[in-house]
Amino acid sequence: MSRTHKAYVRPLDLRQGRIDMTHGSGGRATAQLIEELFVRRLGNAYLGQGNDAAVLPMPPGRLVMSTDAHVVSPLFFPGGDIGCLAVHGTINDLAVVGATPLYLAASFVLEEGFPLSDLARIVESMAAAASAAGVPVVTGDTKVVEKGSGDGVYITTTGVGVVTEGDEWSGDRARPADRIIVSGSIGEHGMAIMAQRENLGFAAAIASDTAALHGLIAAMRASGAAIRVLRDPTRGGVATTLNEIACQSGVGMMLQESALPVRPEVAAACEFLGLDPLYVANEGKVVAIVAPEDAERLLAAMRAHPLGRQAAVIGSVHQDAHSFVQMTTAFGGRRIVDWLTGEQLPRIC
Amino acid sequence: MCLALPCRIVELRPDDRALVELDGVGKEISLALVDDAAVGDYVIVHVGYALSRLDPEEAAKTLALFAELGEAARQERDADPAGR
Amino acid sequence: MRFIDEFRDGELASGLAAAIRRVVRRDREYRFMEFCGGHTHTISRYGLSDLLPHQVRMIHGPGCPVCVLPIGRIDMAIRLVRDAGVMLCSYGDPMRVPASGGLSLLKAKAGPGRASGSDIRMIYSAADALLVARQNPQRQVVLLAIGFETTTPPTALVIKQAQALGLGNFSVLCCHVLTPPAIASILDSPEVRQGGSVGIDGLVGPAHVSTIIGTQPYEFVAEQYRKPVVVAGFEPLDVMQAILMLIEQVNAGRALVENQFSRAVTREGNRKAQNLMAEVFELRRSFAWRGLGDLPFSALRIRREFAEFDAERRFAIRYEAVADHPACECGAILRGVKRPSQCRLFASVCTPENPVGSCMVSSEGACAAHYSFGRFADLERVS
Repeated sequence: MSRTHKAYVRPLDLRQGRIDMTHGSGGRATAQLIEELFVRRLGNAYLGQGNDAAVLPMPPGRLVMSTDAHVVSPLFFPGGDIGCLAVHGTINDLAVVGATPLYLAASFVLEEGFPLSDLARIVESMAAAASAAGVPVVTGDTKVVEKGSGDGVYITTTGVGVVTEGDEWSGDRARPADRIIVSGSIGEHGMAIMAQRENLGFAAAIASDTAALHGLIAAMRASGAAIRVLRDPTRGGVATTLNEIACQSGVGMMLQESALPVRPEVAAACEFLGLDPLYVANEGKVVAIVAPEDAERLLAAMRAHPLGRQAAVIGSVHQDAHSFVQMTTAFGGRRIVDWLTGEQLPRIC
Repeated sequence: MCLALPCRIVELRPDDRALVELDGVGKEISLALVDDAAVGDYVIVHVGYALSRLDPEEAAKTLALFAELGEAARQERDADPAGR
Repeated sequence: MRFIDEFRDGELASGLAAAIRRVVRRDREYRFMEFCGGHTHTISRYGLSDLLPHQVRMIHGPGCPVCVLPIGRIDMAIRLVRDAGVMLCSYGDPMRVPASGGLSLLKAKAGPGRASGSDIRMIYSAADALLVARQNPQRQVVLLAIGFETTTPPTALVIKQAQALGLGNFSVLCCHVLTPPAIASILDSPEVRQGGSVGIDGLVGPAHVSTIIGTQPYEFVAEQYRKPVVVAGFEPLDVMQAILMLIEQVNAGRALVENQFSRAVTREGNRKAQNLMAEVFELRRSFAWRGLGDLPFSALRIRREFAEFDAERRFAIRYEAVADHPACECGAILRGVKRPSQCRLFASVCTPENPVGSCMVSSEGACAAHYSFGRFADLERVS
């Protein structure tokens, strides 16, 4: 691609410039955008090949693949932005089935008029996240849609990883008496996003928990604990994730409300909006179902990792043909923790 | 119905407005429906408006009563462990 | 959270539960209606029924503004958007309420026609609607104002503010309803009046409504109907204490209005807010409540002096009654005559994802609360 470089009259104006339709036309403007904005930041040997597809070395094991479209409003929020979120989201999807993430592909849908400065910030954040995680972005694509047809930028990331045969985790393996562990305080990503929405007018020091979890998960595997299921409780929160696992495994679950790690600001913001932190999205947490005798060992391994300091056992699995997830409330009563219904809307009553 | 929360007033602002706080979450609300609210007072907030002031003494009395009722029940049970 | 967490203390709860067990008479049943959806939510969310002796039965009342909003009112809001081209501001709660033709505000927002994302806005405060009107001077902006006496004073304030600002593009679709007439309607309903299997022995009165109206407006319940009323806070310990106070009144044969929520409620209520409501609103001769039917003098409309801010007048739209699903038991459930599990639509046709009746829409509705938090109890009973 560097051969075309000399053909550019002027470098991209990363201060004042905006995306226009020519950036998606496939012509010289597209090539310039890719080279000066994307490749320069995300640069690695595979991306630098400049071909239509990346040709990659493949370690032994079974191939694991996952894809995730990222749309978020606002694009920048405390604790992160759509760029690092797109990297973390796909890495985590690979890691929770037991894979070692290897490579990412990223596809951008840009809205005409989107500031190049914001795009550069997003791509820098992606690059930093990918480099910190040790998972390079090896191929990509951009398209431009007319103003009004998009929300600034959408990013789809696809990830490839490997897992040793027999080492993968699946949602149908929870067994009665297993323990349920969550890696840290819940509801932070969702509330950080909500607090940013202007019409709610909150001032709260809540940052998104967005993070790549494969390091923590590798430490969990290394502990030797008999992990049955792992899952990252994103949309729909911990409640929805546990309901998915309960249904897949055909078991019931009983949570202890007093054991749920929730930061006070998150709890307070949830009170304001009439929301339940169990249903609020996380982007840097993992839920583990583990054999009862190994729960302490796994917990210790998680707490020794920076992303698992606040890990806690929040409940246990039991036999239940209805696959209900229930909770003993801090008050001493019992209730169902159901699937999320519809969208989480702020309530006044 | 009517989700409302007790929040502490941390700052009075012009036009009958105030900044309130609940465990590290701040929000600007209207004091137009209550009289003489001052910084440090707790108010019950609904859809961005303070509905009334919360009386900390009454709250303390209610809590004390909870404890008393529980204690009385416990003593009776201890005195009559077989139950009636 | 000060003044919240203390009132959710599990240890105090077991003490209160013991106190309740101590006063409950074994030879009778106690049937109390919590009028308000807030209390219904508390009872379900904290699993209070597990702490109460089986002699105490809580009946969920109609005090949920979303649940009692008739289909025709949501239809009016959708017509304003689709036919009159207004920008509608709504609290989050009514967005999912089913309207005619399989619509809801959320679906109208997503569906074809004039409505687009920007035409139906979710707001958190009445003041936000005023702001939307000021930011969009070229558009007509309508606030869909729902709620009981708690939510009414803020609406009165924004109408007065709009008048002071001379805002020509702001109006209110007023659906505010009143608590005391709804209580009277339940106590007057034949099933409840006859006593017997569906009698009510006492009422838990609303917390936040009462910060505005005080406890005085409930005195007719004690005097005319001889039923005790305890106005209670929304935290679980508040509800338990209120139940204890009601049991003691019933045992002593008393019928008084008592105030458990003394930390925020007085007998007189908030005079400033009451005066403001009286200045801006007047009684409607009749208003249709979902499930309860037409109740006389049970709702508010905007006074003539503020007519230009009344969306019904400005856009000349009328309420048209729409029949509920014939098998839906919301009416009987709202009056405490039936339980959610006694409706044959419950949890089969009617679920929180596809609500048929209003009680399934709001998380405070009796059916939704039971579906989301308590339906395992039905299964245990069956199995």
